[in-house]
Amino acid sequence: MPSKTEAETLSEVLDLAAAQFQVPRADLSGGDDFFAKLGIDSLKALEMLTRLENHFGVELPDYEMQGVSDFGTLADRIHARL
Amino acid sequence: MTLPDPQARLGHPDCLGALLDRATVHWSREVALIEANRDQENVRFTFEEFRAHALPLCGWLDQEGFAAGDRAAIILTNQSKWHLSAFAVFHRGGVLVPLDFKLSGAEHVALLSHCRPRIVVVEWYLWRAMSSAEGFDALPVGAVLVTEAPANAELPAPPHVAVHRWEDCRSETLPAGPVARRREDVACIVYSSGTGGRPKGCQLTHGNYLSQLAALTQLHPLNPGHRYLSILPTNHAIDFMVGFIGPYTCGAAVVHLRTLRPEFVKAAFPRYRITHLALVPMVLKNLAAGLHTRLDELPPVKRALFQALVGVNRVLSRGRPNPRLARRLLSQVHDAFGGHLEAMFVGGAYTEPDTLRFFHDLGIPVANGYGLTEAGTAITLDRLSPPRPETVGAPLPGIQVEIREPDDDGVGEVAVKSEMVMRGYLDDPELTAETIVDGWLLTGDLGRMDDGHLRLFGRRKNMIVTEGGKNVYPEDVEVAFEGIEAEEFCVFAAHFLWPGQGTGERLLLVARRDAAPGAPTPSAADTAAFLRDIEARNRRLLDFKRVGGVLLWSDDFPRTASMKVKRPVLADEIRARFPSPDGAVETVA
Repeated sequence: MPSKTEAETLSEVLDLAAAQFQVPRADLSGGDDFFAKLGIDSLKALEMLTRLENHFGVELPDYEMQGVSDFGTLADRIHARL
Repeated sequence: MTLPDPQARLGHPDCLGALLDRATVHWSREVALIEANRDQENVRFTFEEFRAHALPLCGWLDQEGFAAGDRAAIILTNQSKWHLSAFAVFHRGGVLVPLDFKLSGAEHVALLSHCRPRIVVVEWYLWRAMSSAEGFDALPVGAVLVTEAPANAELPAPPHVAVHRWEDCRSETLPAGPVARRREDVACIVYSSGTGGRPKGCQLTHGNYLSQLAALTQLHPLNPGHRYLSILPTNHAIDFMVGFIGPYTCGAAVVHLRTLRPEFVKAAFPRYRITHLALVPMVLKNLAAGLHTRLDELPPVKRALFQALVGVNRVLSRGRPNPRLARRLLSQVHDAFGGHLEAMFVGGAYTEPDTLRFFHDLGIPVANGYGLTEAGTAITLDRLSPPRPETVGAPLPGIQVEIREPDDDGVGEVAVKSEMVMRGYLDDPELTAETIVDGWLLTGDLGRMDDGHLRLFGRRKNMIVTEGGKNVYPEDVEVAFEGIEAEEFCVFAAHFLWPGQGTGERLLLVARRDAAPGAPTPSAADTAAFLRDIEARNRRLLDFKRVGGVLLWSDDFPRTASMKVKRPVLADEIRARFPSPDGAVETVA
């Protein structure tokens, strides 16, 4: 069983994204589109994934991320691998 | 010198099924395909092994009653199952419909409803995304093969569709040989970058592909031992040709990466001794920016020495990139590409001449090309002898290019005639009749021939005619603004954004300046400096080419799979936010 709850995983994802792209943490929530909210392109999004992988110690295959653009789904995919 | 024709080696087959079948026999012991995921190798097949994995799928298709002329769609990222599935479809005489995996579930459902394939091969995550799209329950397909489905997952299925795991679709009864098709039979239906409304399914014949293959392999012969790194999506015409059909015909290998993070792409060059690569301009530009940064970080003395070596290389190679020479002179740059690179191809959108020159000076041969899905992939390619970076090169062997109704500067619509021009759009005789007239494909692109080399100026429909009767091409004007302090920008005719509002034939520059919405808003002084830069650049342009206004935009520009700006979509977004130019546009002189 993962030691975190789903809400905790999401919260950590948002913390890391806010820090990496220097946006106020309070502006981010699970339903946000991270491309729009962080103003990043797909290359920058890959950098974010790499950072999240290192933090959580999981692997997130690129192909599994096709079509994923909101923090909530991203956090779900991470949580499922914890 | 006449180079050996790789199709002759295989007995000049008339269709892709026979071509691939014979290639896998002829090159049996050579490496065909490597699929890597991060530091680990998932797959390494010789042609013989590839064949052994593909034939049971061929047998399964037979068992299902899949017959010559039946359609099969593939919606997969670049991976071994793409090639295995496509081999099987061609082998059984089917028509392949390669779909862009980057589209949304709803867009996939719409295109599948348009082409109604008998079989769909799709990755699990993409299939799941489709299952929640409208129209999924009525999907007009026969059977679906899902790859990479987790062991315990239940596969979503419309009521009338048989959904299988790809791994289970194998038969021990192997077919005797490939199903024969004629050159004029349709081999693929490829949806071209149509970004909304009317789907444009280009029907390309076996003859189209075999002619294109002959032209490309004459210019760039591949051999066993060559390794092509497949990064562009294989559904895209370029990768389908140079990252699948071409290497297989010639006994060269294709390398797929399941993870396209920059660090893994970089590691792949030396690890797999990559010799060939195709890119879209935006990725090439990013590579150039990365190299620039590294050179700028060198201490002044080293940088001066490096620049001197670049000069020596330029003189010794007489302007023609010579990777062997440059590898010795400029090893630190070439090492970054693994030290085995022989040719890079770039196409799919406009490439800045400066980016191309930068690579040529370093002795890295980047061949710029121009093509359309409708024309069977490439129409022109720079032969680099010497490079002509301001053009897209000369027509491929066997292709006639004409400039229709040229203006005083010799610029007119590019028309193309060759054996590679598609048969027409699927179920759209009207659009076909508008596009192919008397055997000539009207490209909609404006160009001029400069001593045998094609130079492009923009899309015909984007062109504006000024009050003075001058033709202006927004894409041509954009070149003058390269390097402005903006994340991305493009130039529009004002009446394209707000038709019928009396904006006149004025050009507008739309720029997104901030990297992130949370970043500090540019100060008024900063914005003023930005506008002054635009005006300074304006003054260097002929008056009818100057931009009359600037619109500051905050969202990412919508782009196609090959990273071209989707101009009509961006125009819609701008119009939705600003119903009129009033208050949105800063006037510049």
